[in-house]
Amino acid sequence: MTSVHERVDTFHDNDQKPVGHGRMLRKEDPRFLRGRGRYVDDIQLPGMLHLAILRSPVAHARIVGIDTSAAEASPGVAAVVTGAMLAEQGLAWMPTLSNDVQAVLATDKVRFQGQEVAFVVAENRYAARDALELIDVEYDVLDPVVDARRALAPDAPVIRDDLEGKTNNHCFDWETGDEAATAAVFARADVVVSQDIVYPRVHPAPMETCGAVADFDPVEGKLRLWSTTQAPHAHRTLYALVAGIPEHKIQVISPDIGGGFGNKVPIYPGYVCAIVASIVTGKPVKWMEDRSENLVSTGFARDYIMRGEIAATRDGRILAIRTNVLADHGAFNGTAAPVKYPAGFFGVFTGSYDLEAAYCKMTAVYTNKAPGGVAYACSFRITEAVYLVERIVDCLADELGMDPAELRLKNFIRPEQFPYTTKTGWVYDSGNYEPTMRLAMQMAGYDELRREQAAKRARGELMGIGIAFFTEAVGAGPRKDMDILGLGMADGCELRVHPTGKAVVRLSVQSQGQGHETTFAQIVAEEIGIPPADIDVVHGDTDNTPFGLGTYGSRSTPVSGAAAALVARKVRDKARIIASGMLEVSVADLEWEKGAFRVKGDPGRSVTIQDVAMRAHGAGDLPEGVEGGLEAQICYNPSNLTYPHGAYICVVDVDPGTAQVTVRRFVAVDDCGTRINPMIIEGQVHGGLTDGVGMALMEMIAFDEDGNCLGASLMDYLIPTALEVPDWETGFTVTPSPHHPIGAKGVGESATVGSPPAIVNAVVDALKPFGVRHADMPLTPSRVWDAMRGNPRPPI
Amino acid sequence: MQVTMTVNGVEVTREIEGRLLLVHFLRDVLGLTGTHWGCDTSNCGTCVVWLDGEPVKSCTVLAAMAGGHQVRTVEDLADGAELDPVQQGFMQCHGLQCGFCTPGMMMTARALLDRNPDPTEAEIREAISGQICRCTGYATIVRSVRWAAVHEAAAAARVTETTESPDAGEIADAGQPAGSVA
Repeated sequence: MTSVHERVDTFHDNDQKPVGHGRMLRKEDPRFLRGRGRYVDDIQLPGMLHLAILRSPVAHARIVGIDTSAAEASPGVAAVVTGAMLAEQGLAWMPTLSNDVQAVLATDKVRFQGQEVAFVVAENRYAARDALELIDVEYDVLDPVVDARRALAPDAPVIRDDLEGKTNNHCFDWETGDEAATAAVFARADVVVSQDIVYPRVHPAPMETCGAVADFDPVEGKLRLWSTTQAPHAHRTLYALVAGIPEHKIQVISPDIGGGFGNKVPIYPGYVCAIVASIVTGKPVKWMEDRSENLVSTGFARDYIMRGEIAATRDGRILAIRTNVLADHGAFNGTAAPVKYPAGFFGVFTGSYDLEAAYCKMTAVYTNKAPGGVAYACSFRITEAVYLVERIVDCLADELGMDPAELRLKNFIRPEQFPYTTKTGWVYDSGNYEPTMRLAMQMAGYDELRREQAAKRARGELMGIGIAFFTEAVGAGPRKDMDILGLGMADGCELRVHPTGKAVVRLSVQSQGQGHETTFAQIVAEEIGIPPADIDVVHGDTDNTPFGLGTYGSRSTPVSGAAAALVARKVRDKARIIASGMLEVSVADLEWEKGAFRVKGDPGRSVTIQDVAMRAHGAGDLPEGVEGGLEAQICYNPSNLTYPHGAYICVVDVDPGTAQVTVRRFVAVDDCGTRINPMIIEGQVHGGLTDGVGMALMEMIAFDEDGNCLGASLMDYLIPTALEVPDWETGFTVTPSPHHPIGAKGVGESATVGSPPAIVNAVVDALKPFGVRHADMPLTPSRVWDAMRGNPRPPI
Repeated sequence: MQVTMTVNGVEVTREIEGRLLLVHFLRDVLGLTGTHWGCDTSNCGTCVVWLDGEPVKSCTVLAAMAGGHQVRTVEDLADGAELDPVQQGFMQCHGLQCGFCTPGMMMTARALLDRNPDPTEAEIREAISGQICRCTGYATIVRSVRWAAVHEAAAAARVTETTESPDAGEIADAGQPAGSVA
């Protein structure tokens, strides 16, 4: 295997470097290991009150009246606030990240079960919860819209009657590709396969739920908000626009975050309620939701009902892919995506294949469910896109009687075709797909697995082998195209080198466990020769970090990582001028070698970056035109996204007696270009693969016909434990991004994107003896049992 | 009501409500915020502490029930500046990312190793099966606990000098990803 790795590693092997890039233990760990992390609920301020939210017990109802008198009289209660009271301040509704509006507290009616109706502020969390029980709400229950397929029926109840002139549940339409050209290719294809494929509603469920501590100081007129946010700067701007507090008087602090997974990108009503409560009471107010509230009301993921069609020649040349999508967005369109991309980056559904044509038509609808859609490591809907293409390619392989690996190898975009423009307009930066695929097959022992499978099938045992090969699109993004509510998706970075040669780097992105405090120190160390241990990374505090759009869509390395490398080079350029003065030679006579400037041809004469730092701050003249100090800042506007890829192979066994699926092996080969810290990448991949097992086999946010959420606690919403996942087998190839300053691509979401189709493909492969061509997630025993008996069920 | 218990070797007495959960007593009353709260149905195990040496989910124990008993939390795991081998293992093997499940995982791991100094991978997975981690995919947690087991065995061997040192290869392997080509 090592020889394969060496052959495909065309850039440089950075794993063994002593400083900078390479395996390095985490700077974050010491505090977390001692219980000294600082998460939102750890924060206690003098006089702090606690907020609890009353939620709707029904999915769709008019609010007839709310009686808060008993709650107000409850011991320890400081305030009880309803939607009507917020409406008087113009705060009952807030903008979403998709230019829709969402109710902070319901005024006219409730639109999903778990929706925020009123809140209580009390002296502790127990007293606040007590008082919730005493609020009396009278509801006039309405028929709910639960099934997205019925949302546009003429007799469907109109959910969003708050929107002027709205007479149906239509949210938006979207299309990409060339409809006529695609139809022409389909008309002349030898083989056309079509399949209905549902990506069910799931939930990112970070172990730490959402919460905030709001502290409004009326003397300073300043709001400090500690909150579980992945995008503190964007939140600050939105609070300024909504609440009318000037932006320099708002400090958003995102402290240690106990996992985000996209759940902590949107602004939730709870944050706004905490801010209002602090202003009203004049005291700090903490809101911390419980698990059920998190699952029932915060950003869900997926919920795409797709029809995939693929056209090919009889000998296995894929010609075109066409898809029709019905997207369930819940009651408010809260999808977090760049404004011009209401379906995110679903347009990459053409995958890793060289096609002649492609087309997608999408309709999004409102239903009586919680808002969300883009979350759970989806890279803006690429989970759905990759699932669609990798499932439909397997359906085609089945139809043609071809091996699914062979079919993929035959149709890959070839290395010389990059940068490759897809038929939906995406420009893939680089890729060398075949070696990645071959490495995965070699690690898995693919041919041997197929022989083992044949032998087992002969004995009536059910074993499946599933392949997924994906191309991701991460690092949003070029500001000419991509913005969140008008804020361009560039990211800042600031680097200061202190007189003694230690440094602080300030980021606009915000880690939720991805190890930025370690890896950004490594990026800067590599560029400027200061050891990572001497570089502190500051993030998450809007008063003390440069503006940027935050961490999601695996965008930290592509955007902020680029900024960190470039800001370090900017500082190094200045250091070079100072060094030339110290050594009394011209700049051109200096060469740079890991932390020192040496005189060319006279290596004995040199100054270190630490010498230069002291000189920059110290006594004595600097070269003409050079200011004192040694620091720089930058705002990086990426020219394109980065397109990492990967080859995943999953082996499952299915118990014919119980239909229980066991993931026996999982081989994941990822190519994210230059690897900053292989240890951290491996951990990111492991976590994402576990997401895949959860989604493919266990997880679903289901609803009954009345709109009751059936996945509202960890009793029902099943997340893999150590017993449901195998020991992961990971490998890598290195195909750098040509446009990125250090050749690095994002990777954090790759495994969540790539693993569900590999697992489903494996289960469907195991069920081949039963004639099964497709079965929808989650592949729980009962659903697999039905599929085995010729009755596969779509998720409800 | 008044409750008195020993937390991390220190006797504490506080006036509390009878319904107060141990997790909130530790976090809100004593300020020991290393123990976390991740669900409301006793599934996630981010709140695991020791009660008289047994790992318990402190969200499912009333503070009053801990009266007269010994409670141990993650803040007591290190011996001053010296990290417990379990803590060292989690760092060496990258057994944590966001850190939210980590205190509970480590308290369970410490209890496991005290009873079974040489657990198999399957025994480790079983021991932590009442706890959820969203970041790591568990493999590095398993390696972290193995790392601690191997290094504790090595340290014990050095102290007693009655047994051979464990195979050096096994120690190195404990920190390396299995099946990786890296």
